[in-house]
Amino acid sequence: MTTTVTSHRPQPPAQPLTLRARRLPAYAAPVIAVVALLVSAGIVYGAGIGGPVLVVVLGALLYLGGLYAAANAVEGRRAARNRTWSALIHSAFVLAVLPLASVVWTLVSKGSERLDGNFFGTSMNNIGARDANGGAYHAIIGTLEQVGIATLITVPLGVLCAIYVVEYGRGRFAFTIRFFVDVMTGIPSIVTGLFVLAFWVLIVSPWFNDGRPGFSGFAAALALSVLMLPTVVRSTEEMLRLVPAPLREGAYALGVPKWKTILRVVLPTALPGIVTGIMLAIARAAGETAPVLLVAGGGAAINLNPFENNQSSLALFVYQQAGEASKYSPARAWTAALTLVALVLVLTVAAKLLARRNRLGR
Amino acid sequence: MGESPHRSAHAGTGGTRVATSHEWPAGASARVAERSGIPGIPDNGLGGGGGLPRARAFGAERAFRGLTLAAGTTVLVVIAAIAIFLIAKAVPALRDNTESFWTFEGWFPNDDPPKFGIGALAFGTVLTALLALLMAVPVALGIALYLSHYAPRRLGNALGFLIDLLAAVPSVVFGLWGRDYFAQPVADLSAWLHRYFGWIPIFGDGPYGNSILLGSVVLAIMVLPIVTSLSREVFRQTPTANEEAALALGATRWEMVRTAVLPYGRPGVIAAVMLGLGRALGETIALALTLGSTYAISFNVLQSGGNSIAANIANRFAEANDTGRGALIASGLVLFAITLIVNITARAIIYRRREFTESAA
Repeated sequence: MTTTVTSHRPQPPAQPLTLRARRLPAYAAPVIAVVALLVSAGIVYGAGIGGPVLVVVLGALLYLGGLYAAANAVEGRRAARNRTWSALIHSAFVLAVLPLASVVWTLVSKGSERLDGNFFGTSMNNIGARDANGGAYHAIIGTLEQVGIATLITVPLGVLCAIYVVEYGRGRFAFTIRFFVDVMTGIPSIVTGLFVLAFWVLIVSPWFNDGRPGFSGFAAALALSVLMLPTVVRSTEEMLRLVPAPLREGAYALGVPKWKTILRVVLPTALPGIVTGIMLAIARAAGETAPVLLVAGGGAAINLNPFENNQSSLALFVYQQAGEASKYSPARAWTAALTLVALVLVLTVAAKLLARRNRLGR
Repeated sequence: MGESPHRSAHAGTGGTRVATSHEWPAGASARVAERSGIPGIPDNGLGGGGGLPRARAFGAERAFRGLTLAAGTTVLVVIAAIAIFLIAKAVPALRDNTESFWTFEGWFPNDDPPKFGIGALAFGTVLTALLALLMAVPVALGIALYLSHYAPRRLGNALGFLIDLLAAVPSVVFGLWGRDYFAQPVADLSAWLHRYFGWIPIFGDGPYGNSILLGSVVLAIMVLPIVTSLSREVFRQTPTANEEAALALGATRWEMVRTAVLPYGRPGVIAAVMLGLGRALGETIALALTLGSTYAISFNVLQSGGNSIAANIANRFAEANDTGRGALIASGLVLFAITLIVNITARAIIYRRREFTESAA
């Protein structure tokens, strides 16, 4: 008996059986990459159809093809697809990082040229095309005032609107409001600028401006608040929905009226998240150029009064300096852009850090 | 897919109660207390409510409720006001127009008689936005997948944070960069494309400079962080159970992404793309700086030229007289209508699949 069993024992195969499928060796990918680059360089320079950029692009394509072919031969079709898509996804990342890094690098290197006290302490009043100095003091004032007023208008309105949608509203009307808040998120900034131009600057402001249309920082603030409103409502709404229902029910059980529950229990619980949303909205509004261009007019002098006469803003300052023909204006434009980005990023980072400490979380 | 358990609804401290509040306003149970004070509804012993105060006609509750209702109505009023005031200011200019508003290729509203047409501008707006999305969306989805499923978790989070920051960079910065530092490489690329692919009609002859290609590439770079951060958020919410099930069945990583992550995230991705499209359509300053500002309908994306509604408003506003402003407002009205249609379509898609995209859109 035992002899027959042993005689049936299978002969060891030529290749050892393993549990793992055959895989490409670790050195395969770099080797294919180098070969692809060499072949691509040969083709490009041999035919004389381009420079180093084309070598890299063609090399990447050849690499993808070569990787697929090699993996297909050794590992099979599914693994080959997996490798190719993986390489594609990684290259998408590299492809996108290049221009974004270039923007950041240009911003920092060009922007630091005029980063001095003069830039932050003076305006563009009486600065001619041949003057190297001149600064953005008036624009910084304008940005702060316009965004400040817009925040004062938007925050109460937006928070109350969100409270209505979450706590009181039901049925078709509340749904309509929600829907249009979402739709409003997508209204282009230039359209809000045109709206305030048509409504405030051309129709309302002549009443108390001797019949002339009056550009002002306040008009810009109105346009910015139209932009900020949907963002504030959406984020507040989401935060209010995250407040646990037992907190509300506990308050009702103690006989607290609903409005007091909302003001004393729900809002404080959701506050960090609401503040985060507001800060993100402010950051977005501070970077808007188009509405300010249309309704604030922009000016070279310092104007502390947002309700009268033209005002500038940092974003508008960048745009105006970019369009000027002085050889000193690009440096001013880039420094203002750096200042603006710094302002926006500080707000955004603060908001994100605050969101991280938020107990409700996502 | 709609039946699969949803991780985000159960995440955080809110638990399942939060999920139910999507259908009912939070605190709906308080309504019982208000209602039981109304005469005519018999008390059937469920708590009675006999000891509760009756709802007063004028009290703090009514006042607060009215206040919030007023704030909510403001949103509708503002949207209606935008349409009304734009139309009111646009109609006189449109009446004065001596050419067809829809087909005339040119913009001379300050002349006497005024002549202007939206055709070329609307064409340029849609063309640049679509080209930008065509370039941005595949790359953005790649990055989103990289950040959510390929990169090490810590690296993915850190890079995701950076992408969020880039989404906040003002458009004027991208416009300035595109005009001053990116125009030359794009012009070289244009010359190369025309030389070797000139037989394709869109790669026509020069001169090369501020072209539709430059504008749409800059636009793509701007839209990229927005689409990326929204899609990443959606991809991250894929239920772990689905992913693990796919892997346990022997799927490779790509197969797992294709069968578990992508179908799950599709509505969110569509929403992200539509929002990106809305941004691209309405983008003003970056295009004002990078397009050539001509008024012709041409598919030659390489040649200096191109224009968009928003960029035209920014460029021509300073010189505009009364009719000129009216004409610009009329063009803004068309832009408003286009973006409204895009947005309502996007929202309709999202609302059909509400539960997936709650936090993303």
